[in-house]
Amino acid sequence: MANPERLAGAPEANVSTEEAIRIENMNKWYGSFHVLRDIDLTVHRGERIVVAGPSGSGKSTMIRCINRLEEHQSGKIVVDGTELTNDLKNIDKVRSEVGMVFQHFNLFPHLTILENCTLAPIWVRKVPKREAEETAMHFLEKVKIPDQAHKYPGMLSGGQQQRVAIARSLCMKPRIMLFDEPTSALDPEMIKEVLDTMIELAEEGMTMLCVTHEMGFAQAVANRVIFMADGQIVEQNNPHDFFHNPQSERTKQFLSQILGH
Amino acid sequence: MSDLHAQTVPYVRDTMLPEQSPPAAQSGAVRWLRENLFSSWFNAALTLLGVAVIYFFIAHYFPWFRHGVWNAASLQECRAIIAEKWGPEASGACWAVIRERWNQIIFGFYPTELYWRPILTFVLLFVAMAPVLYTQLPRVLLWGTVAYPLVAMWLLWGGSIWPVVMIAFGFMLGGVILRIVSRWSALGALVAAIVVPVLFWAFLMGPIDDDLSYIAPIALRPIGSDQFGGFLLAIVIGVGGIVMSLPLGIMLALGRQSDMFLIKTLSVVFIEFIRGVPLITLLFVASTLLNYFLPPGTNFDIILRVMILVTLFSAAYIAEVIRGGLAALPRGQYEAADALGLEYWRAQRLIILPQALKISIPGIVSTFIGMFKDTTLVTFVGLYDPLKSIPDAIRNNFEWKGIYWEPFIFVGVIFFVLNFAMSRYSMYLERRLQRDHH
Ligand SMILES: Nc1ncnc2c1ncn2[C@@H]1O[C@H](COP(=O)(O)OP(=O)(O)OP(=O)(O)O)[C@@H](O)[C@H]1O
Ligand SMILES: [Mg+2]
Repeated sequence: MANPERLAGAPEANVSTEEAIRIENMNKWYGSFHVLRDIDLTVHRGERIVVAGPSGSGKSTMIRCINRLEEHQSGKIVVDGTELTNDLKNIDKVRSEVGMVFQHFNLFPHLTILENCTLAPIWVRKVPKREAEETAMHFLEKVKIPDQAHKYPGMLSGGQQQRVAIARSLCMKPRIMLFDEPTSALDPEMIKEVLDTMIELAEEGMTMLCVTHEMGFAQAVANRVIFMADGQIVEQNNPHDFFHNPQSERTKQFLSQILGH
Repeated sequence: MSDLHAQTVPYVRDTMLPEQSPPAAQSGAVRWLRENLFSSWFNAALTLLGVAVIYFFIAHYFPWFRHGVWNAASLQECRAIIAEKWGPEASGACWAVIRERWNQIIFGFYPTELYWRPILTFVLLFVAMAPVLYTQLPRVLLWGTVAYPLVAMWLLWGGSIWPVVMIAFGFMLGGVILRIVSRWSALGALVAAIVVPVLFWAFLMGPIDDDLSYIAPIALRPIGSDQFGGFLLAIVIGVGGIVMSLPLGIMLALGRQSDMFLIKTLSVVFIEFIRGVPLITLLFVASTLLNYFLPPGTNFDIILRVMILVTLFSAAYIAEVIRGGLAALPRGQYEAADALGLEYWRAQRLIILPQALKISIPGIVSTFIGMFKDTTLVTFVGLYDPLKSIPDAIRNNFEWKGIYWEPFIFVGVIFFVLNFAMSRYSMYLERRLQRDHH
């Protein structure tokens, strides 16, 4: 297993001052429902951010705005120097730089594990097939399932599928990874194998934005925890202070529900 | 604790049970009968009733088949033979008409000495389909598939080879233009790739054709559309309709889901209009109205016109079937494709359509089977379909006046065999895809 203490011990160690994501004054509505309100957030390269908050607070919506799975209506989102507008070129550029892992894996069931991993590199990055397969095998080894490469997703366990999904994103060599509750659909014994993979990724300096209810993971890996409620960022702090010294009432209430019994 | 937990002695298994093979399947005819046909009084009664119905049908119709006469020159002769052999009251089938006229039911009025042309076309159809159905075959064979429609056209209708070559050349011209111009502008390329070939066909095709036909007169004997008939006609229209309606149906289904208002509206209006109108109406449009829209003097072949409207008709149904398939896909598939940076058409081709089409196979094949049977409606626009026009033509001969059931049965059996084969193939395809994916 990776060593979370090393990360937690020095939260700011490999964080640069270069901006990976900058969100300014971002607002979003679903019809007349104001889901995201004045979101301001800057993520530096190498930062590992955990987003927490009650159900329906807009966590998913916020990180899905970062790769434009959802469109924001006002404010500004800049990812890796590219501003997200209606310009399709910019959207494609951002999407090829940002990997995303979903709660329900969303692997392509009609393709083998290997094909799942090589599809986007071949068609989007125009990597030759052989090279794409080598890269894919490299990442499948990294997530510890190289021997499943020629199976179909339906034959794998949930934890294995989620690790394939992580490998599939990594094959695009993204500079930023987004995780939307990657372990929520998994049985307890599979959660650990996925978290281990994510911790390893964090150790290598990947910029990560992760919506999760795994507070152990947040304490071990995150540089910063962001707490959202009612479509707003209510509190953000380093994990130690966030968990031991929460400031707002909403945060305290949330933490007592999720940690204490 | 409830008293369900009466056993209070702690228990720990000390030896693990070894794996055992499953019990042998229980079988036997009697057991099967009891389980399936006589499992209850009601079931037994239904079984007896079913057997009685089957018995009455067979008892009533079997003699007709048994008295069948294969060798006779006319219906009179058939009747004479039956009366002589089975008594004056006996009725019997006169299969002699099939023996005499089967070729008309299959080929219509196509000249007998040229039957090899439709037969070759039919055989080539399977050669052309092979690389589509079996992906392990080399991809170059797909060029043969692309060329097949033109080859088939030439073989069936005959005439000079040069117009066919020119049509092919026009398509290649369009393809090359699309390739080159799209480096600068996608829309410009599309327009140029359509306009230039059309201009070529309209203005250059005639003169070049004359010259080439003069220099190298390669031609087959021309056969007019009025000589097509029977299953030849049904299969030409059916296969043409199937091949063209699948891509059109896919486009319409995607169009109906599109975010672009105009495309969406056009697709919806088209689909709902076509589905709201009987096929016969469209066939009448093909035979009469379509001529008004075409430049005067163009003699657009009636079979081609019918094929186009049959295509539009089944494309609307196919579109709805595929829309069902698209709706059955979880939204996560679209999101994963988007998140990986796949652009719309790639995502559709690589991720969405393979899955949606797989789900839609039963519906698509049903639509195709329905459409194939509906080709018999072309009798109403004066074409010789196998079910009505051809038997009528046979009955018009003095020898076969009054013959009724035999051609129907023969045509019915052929339709059944072809459609059953299609349905079996689709089930095989479904199973194969199922195995591949799970
Ligand atoms: N497509 C949509 N249309 C309308 N409302 C939506 C849509 N998607 C989400 N919402 C609403 O927006 C709010 C925020 O949703 P979101 O999925 O971002 O919450 P979340 O914080 O991720 O919650 P969870 O922890 O349950 O995943 C919710 O109230 C939800 O009902
Ligand atoms: Mg969510």
